[in-house]
Amino acid sequence: MNAMPPLQKQRKLSLKERYAHLTRDLGWETTYQPMDKVFPYVAYEGIKIHDWDAWEDPFRLTMDAYWKYQAEKERKLYAVIESFAQNNGHLNITDARYVNALKLFLTGVSPLEYSAHRGYAHVGRHFVGAGPRIACQMQAIDELRHAQTQIHTMSHYNKFFDGLHDARHMHDRVWYLSVPKSFFEDACTAGPFEFLTAISFSFEYVLTNLLFVPFMSGAAYNGDMATVTFGFSAQSDEARHMTLGLEIIKFMLEQDEGNVPIVQRWIDKWFWRGYRLLSLVSMMMDYMLPKRIMSWAESWEMYFEQAGDALFEDLSRYGIRKPKYHEVAAKEKHRLSHEVWSIFYNYTQAAAFHTWLPSEEEMTWLSAKYPDTFDKYYRPRFKAWSEMAAEGKRFYNQTLPQLCTTCQIPMGFTEPDDPTTICFRSAEYKGERYHFCSDGCKDIFCHEPEKYVQSWLPVHQIYMGNCGGAEVKDVLAWYHLNFGVDNFDYEGSPDQKLWDEWQAQKAANPV
Amino acid sequence: MSKVSITLQNTDDGRQIVDAIVSDNPAAEVSRMPALTKIDCEGRLCLKRETIEERLGRSFDLQELQLSLISLAGNVDEDDDSFTLAWEAGPATKNA
Repeated sequence: MNAMPPLQKQRKLSLKERYAHLTRDLGWETTYQPMDKVFPYVAYEGIKIHDWDAWEDPFRLTMDAYWKYQAEKERKLYAVIESFAQNNGHLNITDARYVNALKLFLTGVSPLEYSAHRGYAHVGRHFVGAGPRIACQMQAIDELRHAQTQIHTMSHYNKFFDGLHDARHMHDRVWYLSVPKSFFEDACTAGPFEFLTAISFSFEYVLTNLLFVPFMSGAAYNGDMATVTFGFSAQSDEARHMTLGLEIIKFMLEQDEGNVPIVQRWIDKWFWRGYRLLSLVSMMMDYMLPKRIMSWAESWEMYFEQAGDALFEDLSRYGIRKPKYHEVAAKEKHRLSHEVWSIFYNYTQAAAFHTWLPSEEEMTWLSAKYPDTFDKYYRPRFKAWSEMAAEGKRFYNQTLPQLCTTCQIPMGFTEPDDPTTICFRSAEYKGERYHFCSDGCKDIFCHEPEKYVQSWLPVHQIYMGNCGGAEVKDVLAWYHLNFGVDNFDYEGSPDQKLWDEWQAQKAANPV
Repeated sequence: MSKVSITLQNTDDGRQIVDAIVSDNPAAEVSRMPALTKIDCEGRLCLKRETIEERLGRSFDLQELQLSLISLAGNVDEDDDSFTLAWEAGPATKNA
């Protein structure tokens, strides 16, 4: 054997060495208290881990590099936010209708970032291995950054547009916001391994591309420089989170064969929970972007069907198959956004954003993207509603909807094989009957009924008198919504009035 | 085989990184959308520090990718000189 050459003074450590130093001496066997007292949640879900050191972050990000690059991202983002404000960037968006997508984002998505921050801080504390603990710590800080930068970026729109004034309060109370809120609370009240499967894998790896990639590209296309910048700033962290998601799944699967069926059931559950949540995004993409990049169906094909095929092909070597009911999602992709937008059109009087019927030009685009469904099922519906509105009889649904006990979305989805029949499922538990929008949601309930019978269903709560009163106006006041300002159609709204004034000014003073 | 994928921002650095990837991975397919570029490649995609440095005309730490990255698909392996995405055969792989 040749002797090792003498080391040059102080050789710079390689990336692998730096990461190893960071993660291999931070964990130890406790002696004052037994390990199971220090880490009380790590065993009860049934996941068996034999070697925590086998988990490694493929990015091998160390704390110094983490702070350095995150600081750089913040500097870039804040430069854009300031320039957007200084240059009155809100005047350059394609159309004020677009801002309604931001209202839904701020009230529905940004609070989830904060919940994710809390979730990762919690599970990071409860893992035994230093590798996953550090990855969770970084992600907890990332998620807090996302909540803060999103609120900060969108605060500029709040100076001019309605419905953006009290997102945190609305998130806890408004009927449709219980959909994202209950999704995340379901994950945060699960054990640490289920939480990571839910959020890191099913949500971050499998599904968030659909929100942060085509939708943000759409924001750019519609002139919203500020949102696309926070979107991509967040998404650059997301790429690291996705990698954590894939690693944690492989780690569990490689550690013990007994983990496989547990993980599969979580993948099934959280695919369906996440997919139902994203139905809000389908409507944002197909109806709320005045200029569109790609349809929901195209995005679903690109980011779930193609990317998911590659992923589940890779995981098949562990005995993992594609999530249950993925074929139902495929059947629904040509109708999802239309059904969801219709629900909001029905209940515009109770929403914190404006609705509208698509213009003729927009319907031409929808027909082209959905040749098998749009002209057959949805164009006639919109035409009828438009005629009713023209006669001064704009259709409002006056009855509160029945909600699915699991996903909490009004029961407006149709049978997988029949787009003209509403899909109803139900199950009995301890003498009470519970209702579901799909087999996916019913299965989830039936596996953990004790958890879901506690669901805070907004419609039930209104009827029980827990939401400010019996009239729509009382409930909206309790939501902190300004009646006649934040709700109803875009047509005739203060937002529209202001936007039209700006456009008239622009036309009168050509630069 | 399946495709791996990486999506980068359309920034000055991002454009050069895309060019470097395309020159090192001739099979890469490039799709350009507003504000972003998505690159897909059958099986495997490798980013080399050296090629990126040539394009940028400066030294580049591969972890700087964090600033331009939007999304990826595939198993990641990163060291000082290269960043690789792959769907590879794992421990319990099936016979072809």
